[in-house]
Amino acid sequence: MAKKGDVVIQIEKCKGCEICLASCPQSVLGMSDKVNSKGFKYAVKVNSACTGCANCAVICPDAAITVYREK
Amino acid sequence: MAENLIKPENLVYEKTNAMTDRVLHYCPGCGHGTAHRMLAEAIEELEIQGETIGIAPVGCSVLAYYYFDVDMTEAAHGRAPAVATGIKRVMPEKYVFTYQGDGDLAAIGTAETIHACNRGENFLIVFINNGIYGMTGGQMAPTTLENMKSTTSPRGRDIKTMGSPLKISELVAELPGTYYVARHSVHTPANVRKTKRAFKKAFQYQKDNKGTCLIEVVSNCPSNWKMTPVESNKWMEENMFPYYPLGDIKVPQ
Ligand SMILES: Cc1ncc(C[n+]2csc(CCOP(=O)(O)OP(=O)(O)O)c2C)c(N)n1
Ligand code: SF4
Ligand code: SF4
Repeated sequence: MAKKGDVVIQIEKCKGCEICLASCPQSVLGMSDKVNSKGFKYAVKVNSACTGCANCAVICPDAAITVYREK
Repeated sequence: MAENLIKPENLVYEKTNAMTDRVLHYCPGCGHGTAHRMLAEAIEELEIQGETIGIAPVGCSVLAYYYFDVDMTEAAHGRAPAVATGIKRVMPEKYVFTYQGDGDLAAIGTAETIHACNRGENFLIVFINNGIYGMTGGQMAPTTLENMKSTTSPRGRDIKTMGSPLKISELVAELPGTYYVARHSVHTPANVRKTKRAFKKAFQYQKDNKGTCLIEVVSNCPSNWKMTPVESNKWMEENMFPYYPLGDIKVPQ
């Protein structure tokens, strides 16, 4: 079974570009309904299928994502 | 989730320490931020953060010195390779890079670019090619594609009157002074990782005094291309890559 992972998204850094959504092989990410203090919708987890592959963090232009993976 | 995975021992990816914590001023989805981070990761992984000096351009990345946690200076528009020449000659033991857009490097700075490459100056030139002048509101650049609209080519670039899009990387690859020339992109995770590997190679060649390395990053400008970031990356694949194909252009023999 694939290892389990998790991501932490820094809401205030996110500019809502949505590039991470398309890069996630597990379709873990979606967009918020709320906006951050700059008025951007931000990326959120919509399920718990993350494997910790780090694709989303690698592609994020604003380095807003930190990735964890079980050992 | 049953188990909490968010603890230091499980960390697999976080922002590199070779970048500062400042919030980037770039538009949402702009490739400048990703290109910065890959360059910074290359610097961190090679453990040369304390020995690296960067030169920022004029263009959207004019404030690049806020974001790289290395010594940096700022050049007049297009003059980064001339400034880098001076810095590297005075401090040959340092790792020196310039970071320049296509307006900076391929228009106002063409002479500096070509002559630095021709002299084989021993530094890395990072060339961000988004086919447009981003900072000033979307004017035509030398790299703007045929028929591509910009504020100064509102009916599309006409080759007859405006010339063909300039392939700077192929051009400098012809010069004996260049050692390693490659074209990459930062629009998918796989491409982002390849770009970092190219930056690392270029710094390693610099250590061995091999000559000029130029890494072009074909990038997007969602704001002036007037597309969403995701659309801009798709447009780039379909329109930029056929004319600016990715891959090595000049590799060490
Ligand atoms: C001497 C001089 N001429 C013109 C300008 C105006 N100017 C500022 S940025 C720029 C072009 C930037 O385009 P590019 O290098 O492609 O970078 P981008 O903004 O797309 O990242 C120009 C023409 C200037 N600042 N200085
Ligand atoms: S780490 Fe991989 S699987 Fe997890 S959210 Fe990011 S892209 Fe998706
Ligand atoms: S104007 Fe274009 S190149 Fe400049 S930050 Fe915005 S998207 Fe990036």
